Amino acid sequence: MIGLHHYLIVSAALLSLGILGLLTRRNAVNVLMGIELILNSANVNLVAFSRYGAGNLGGQVFAVFVIVVAAAEVAVALAIVLTLYRLRRTPNLDEADILRG
Amino acid sequence: MSAEAAVFWVFAALTVASAAVVVLARSLIYNAFALLFTFLGVAGLYVLLGADFLAATQLLIYVGGILVLLLFGVMLTHKIYDLDLRTEKTQLLPGLMVAAGLFVILAATAVRTEWQTTPRPPAPTTYTIGRLFLGEFLLPFEAASVLLLVALMGAAMIVRRK
Repeated sequence: MIGLHHYLIVSAALLSLGILGLLTRRNAVNVLMGIELILNSANVNLVAFSRYGAGNLGGQVFAVFVIVVAAAEVAVALAIVLTLYRLRRTPNLDEADILRG
Repeated sequence: MSAEAAVFWVFAALTVASAAVVVLARSLIYNAFALLFTFLGVAGLYVLLGADFLAATQLLIYVGGILVLLLFGVMLTHKIYDLDLRTEKTQLLPGLMVAAGLFVILAATAVRTEWQTTPRPPAPTTYTIGRLFLGEFLLPFEAASVLLLVALMGAAMIVRRK
């Protein structure tokens, strides 16, 4: 029988992998992929609690808002990455140290 | 093992395995295509959780929008004849320790807690979600539409050549 904690464990695995990608990658697009994994894990949690808890479908509505924010985030972040690439000819985040004194 | 459990394990394995490829594979193109399977697996989990509207939204926005945008990002930040598109990793050991520790803590919490669950029979959700959007959540709904507009205008402004 599949219970709530099964979904929570899948979501925890997604979150940990996303954080691993966030911490270990240098390429900005890879870091964005890690952020997408983290947002997806949050969404799995929201939908699972909405399914197994009492109350209305507020969790699913919240998940839709998370998807909206993810879309806005990835659009702005890619614009910044493209500008950075045009400026420095590199997609690597640790070479973007223009503001360092 | 019931059919529900079998389908759950298939989608869970697909999601987690492809997410591991996203994080660990060296080639950017492999990362992006593995992300496709992660999104598909999460959409399958949504279907299992009875969230039909959200599963369709996941497919439309993540697979149809965000993934294509990320692929644009891959293609525009690398030379087109730069075929192997490898990216290196830094701080692998500390990152692994943080991620593994976090996973152990979260999984232990999820397993040990006595969750008060009240499972509902699955029902179509689109009607209810639409009512919630235009009723109880009307203000966040409008704010989200303004946020999307501002984000699109901002993205266009940032990449515009002077």
